[in-house]
Parts: sequence; C-alpha cells; structure tokens
Amino acid sequence: MRRARLGFWLFLAPVLAWLVLLIILPHLDLLIMSLRDGSGARAAWTLQNYANFFGEPIYWLTFVRTAMYSIITTAITFLLAMPVAFYIAKVARVRLQGFLLTLLLLPFWVSELVRIYGWMILLRESGVVNFALLKLGVIDAPIEMLYNDATMIMGLVYTSMLFMVVPLVSAVESLDDSLIEAAHDLGAGRAVIWWRIILPHCKPGITSGSIVVFMLCLGNYLTPNLMGGKNSLWFTEQIYNQFIASFNWNQGAAFGFLLLALSSAIIWLGLKLSGQKLGEVAS
Amino acid sequence: MIRTLPNSRAYSWSYAAFVGLYFVFLFAPLAVTCVLAFNDSNFPSLPWYGFTTDWFTSPGPGRVGIFHDAQNLRSIWTSFQTAFWVSVMAVVVGTCAAFLFEQEDFPFKGPLYFLMLAPLVIPGVILGISQLLAANTAGFFIEDVFKVDVPFLRPSFWLVVLGQFSFITTFVALVVSARLRKFDRALEEAALNLGANRWQVIVHITLPYLRPAIIGAGTVAFLMSFENFNTTLFLVGSEPTLPINLYLQVRDGSTPVINAISLLLIAGSSVLAVANLWLSRKSA
Repeated sequence: MRRARLGFWLFLAPVLAWLVLLIILPHLDLLIMSLRDGSGARAAWTLQNYANFFGEPIYWLTFVRTAMYSIITTAITFLLAMPVAFYIAKVARVRLQGFLLTLLLLPFWVSELVRIYGWMILLRESGVVNFALLKLGVIDAPIEMLYNDATMIMGLVYTSMLFMVVPLVSAVESLDDSLIEAAHDLGAGRAVIWWRIILPHCKPGITSGSIVVFMLCLGNYLTPNLMGGKNSLWFTEQIYNQFIASFNWNQGAAFGFLLLALSSAIIWLGLKLSGQKLGEVAS
Repeated sequence: MIRTLPNSRAYSWSYAAFVGLYFVFLFAPLAVTCVLAFNDSNFPSLPWYGFTTDWFTSPGPGRVGIFHDAQNLRSIWTSFQTAFWVSVMAVVVGTCAAFLFEQEDFPFKGPLYFLMLAPLVIPGVILGISQLLAANTAGFFIEDVFKVDVPFLRPSFWLVVLGQFSFITTFVALVVSARLRKFDRALEEAALNLGANRWQVIVHITLPYLRPAIIGAGTVAFLMSFENFNTTLFLVGSEPTLPINLYLQVRDGSTPVINAISLLLIAGSSVLAVANLWLSRKSA
C-alpha cells in the first residue's frame, strides 16, 4: 500500500507542477498586473486600465467586432462543414471514406502561416487569381482581393475548418441509417429529416466544433493581421500593440484578461444552452 | 440523402460537385505555393517563366536558395530543438496525467481535471502573455531576493518551450487517456497476483499497451509545437522559431524562398501525418 501511494505522488507531482506553475500562477499574475498602474516598484492598485478600455471607443469597438466576426465565422464554418461531413460519413462509398477523411486532415498538419501565405499568393493584386481573370478577359485591371473583411473571414473559416469537420464526421457516423430510412418510409421530406433527425443527433458534435472554432478565431493573430489589412482591427492585435509597441504591460494585461473573460463567458453560455459539460466535449 | 435511399441524378451530381469544390478550396493555397517554388522568377507570382530549383539550391549572391540561407536554416533548427523538448516533456507529463486521472482516486480530482482541460479554451495569445508576465515577475523576484539573474526567465528558447508545453500537454493527456480507458485492468490484476509490484505492472504491461498512443501523441505534439505561432510570439527571444521568422518575412514582402520553405514544411508534415494515421489505424 505504501508503495502504491508513492506511485500516486509520482504521477501527481509533475501534473500539479504543470498546472500550478504554468496555468494558475500566470493567469493570477495576469489579473494582478491588470489591476496595477505601470509606475514600477511602488505600483498602486487601480481600475484605470479597465476604465481606459471602456473610455476609448476604438478599444471596445474592436472587442465587439472581434466577438461578432468570430461568431459569424463559426456559423459559416458550420454551414460549410456540415454537408461535407454528411457526405463523407453517409453518402460517399465506404472505400472512399477513409481516403476522403485523410485528404481532409492533411492540410491542417501544415502550419497556419504557410496556409495563409498560400492564400496571399492566390488573392493579392499580382496574385494567381487576378492573373487568371485577366488572361480570361473577365476583368481589365487587377482587383485587390486581400485586406478586406470578407477575405479575412474566409481565411478564418479556412484555418479553423478542421476543428468543425472532424467532430461533425464522428457525430454523423454514429447516427443509425435505419432512422433516416424509417423517416423516409413514413413520408418525411429532406428538410424534415435534417431538422428532426440529423441535426438533433449531431448536437454534441456541433457544440464541441463550434466552441473550438470560436475560441480559435477570437484568439487568432496571424490571419487578421496578414489578410485583414490595416483597417480591420482584431483584438489580439490591440493586445500585441500594448505589449510590444507601447510596452504598456498593465494595459495589455487588462485587455488579455477581458479577452479571456469574453471567451470563457461565451463558451460557458454555449455549453449551458446546449446542456453539455466541458469534459464531455473534450473527450 | 444517404446511400440506401433513392436520389435524383441532378441532386447526386450537384452534391458531389459541392464536395469537389470544397476540396479544391482546401488544397488550392497549398498547391499554388508548391508550384511557385519552382518558378524561375524573383517574385512568388505568375506568369510562369520556366522551371528552376534555384530557390532550393542556389548559393547566391543574387538568389539565395533555402539550403544556403543561414537565417532561415537557423530558425528551422531552433524549431526542431523546441519541438523536440516540448514533445519529450509533454509526453512524460501528459502520460502521468493520464494515469492520474484514469487510474487514481483522490480529493479535488474533478476540479483538477477541469483545470487540465482549461488550456483547450484559453486563446493562445493569452497563454503567451500570461506566461511572459509570470516569468518576468519571477525573474524580478529572484533578482531582488537572491541577487541572481536568471536569463531563461526573459523571452528565450526555454520560455518558448515552457509556453508551448503548457497547452500541448493537455492534448497528449487526452490522447493517452483515451487509450488507457480501453485497457483491460484484469491484465494488471493478473500480473499483481503473480507477484509483480505496481511499477513492474506499469513498465511491463501498461506502457507497452500504451506505446502506439504515446508515439502518436508525441508526433502530434511535435507538429503542434513546430507550427505554433500565437503563444510563441510573446515568448520568443533572440532565436526566432520558423513560424515567427517566416511571419516577419511574409509581412515585409515575400520571395520564392518562402515558397521553397513552405514546400519542405508541407512535405515534412504530410509524411509525419500519414505515418501517424497509419500508426493509429494499426493500434485501433
């Protein structure tokens, strides 16, 4: 028995060290830092950093914008991923399924930076798409397709697609075909089958996919920065600017904490509305 | 609808076309990056001026191919070292976590498990800045109290490793836990009855059973670390990892050398991904 307890502590110690030193303490530090003014060693407690956020419209407008666009991106990702997931799980021939699934996974093993770079080569003014359109005579002068909100959202959809498709495929796969057949035999149309059978069955997959996609969009820096251009601000850019450009760590910490609070709140709300727990969604 | 139900031809065709277009959307940026790595032009764009391998092998001075590009090669090496240490540490601690949460019972297990899942829903940027702050605070504290300067608590190689380790471990723990849950504990009891102690059971029975999952999780950890950007951005010191280095180059205007690096990355991660898939299918 004594030896077994020793084993328990040997498992517990590294895990506890990880969680306390790298998760709990840094986030406590983030909170404390956001409640201090930046005057060095004799820093005083203050709510000024949060007041700055609410007092300056560009800050909170960017915040709201980031949240709205992340929700829109999540919705588009779902609308695009659902038919594909259904096709792979239920429509494609069985021998094709594994191949399609592998094909689906491959691009996402490649760094996000490379994928965004690929889109930049395709879409910029001297890019491949413009070149093709000019050659075909569709347009007379190249169009700048990068650096606007629509392209940025497309980029976000692209980078987070996988995290929606994979849970959806496994959710659709677990649906018994005979339920759909029975509904069909009883005279249900396509829309009814989707609305009454397929979507309710896939709810857990939809929730877990949506949560991950939403969180990834909200915290994304690369895609808004490279595809969104100068006038499409993202909240992570504000955080980066406070830290690296202005060197105002206290303000940056307040922004970081607000972003963390926002993502936790929306994810919590999503879990509550769909009646799920984080543990179920993760595994 | 599904395979067994009748569908009109037009419907089946348009559905297949949609899925086809989706895969074009998925692969277009990667394909174009790879093709333009061989274009004999100084810009990564069309028109096509002919085939060249300059962007890989040219020694300079006009064009410097990736195999002669000291700065990019150094960042690739930094990324390799980072990914190596991150995956080793994440696999060890992640496996411990899997054993802890699957096989042990103790007070506060629920909250601790919840805490372990937390990195899944913390944006990477936040993880980065909170770790930067904490390391900075710890550095100041140690300097104040012990009068020693700890260089690794400033943005540096080891801070990047710790930052990536903090969330990649969660993924390793989840993968290993899933495998451990399928383990038949009667095997352990049999070994215990035959006189083995807990360590012998783990070393000779449980760990060999977990080996495919551990190797798979290690591969995933390696790739996740190799391509991480959001967390690394705030922790990187004088040795940038490859994604950070590439980002700076892409932001300030690009040359086909970036395409050549991207092609190598795509090839490398595809090989690892397929190997990982093959491994997980064999163990399933």
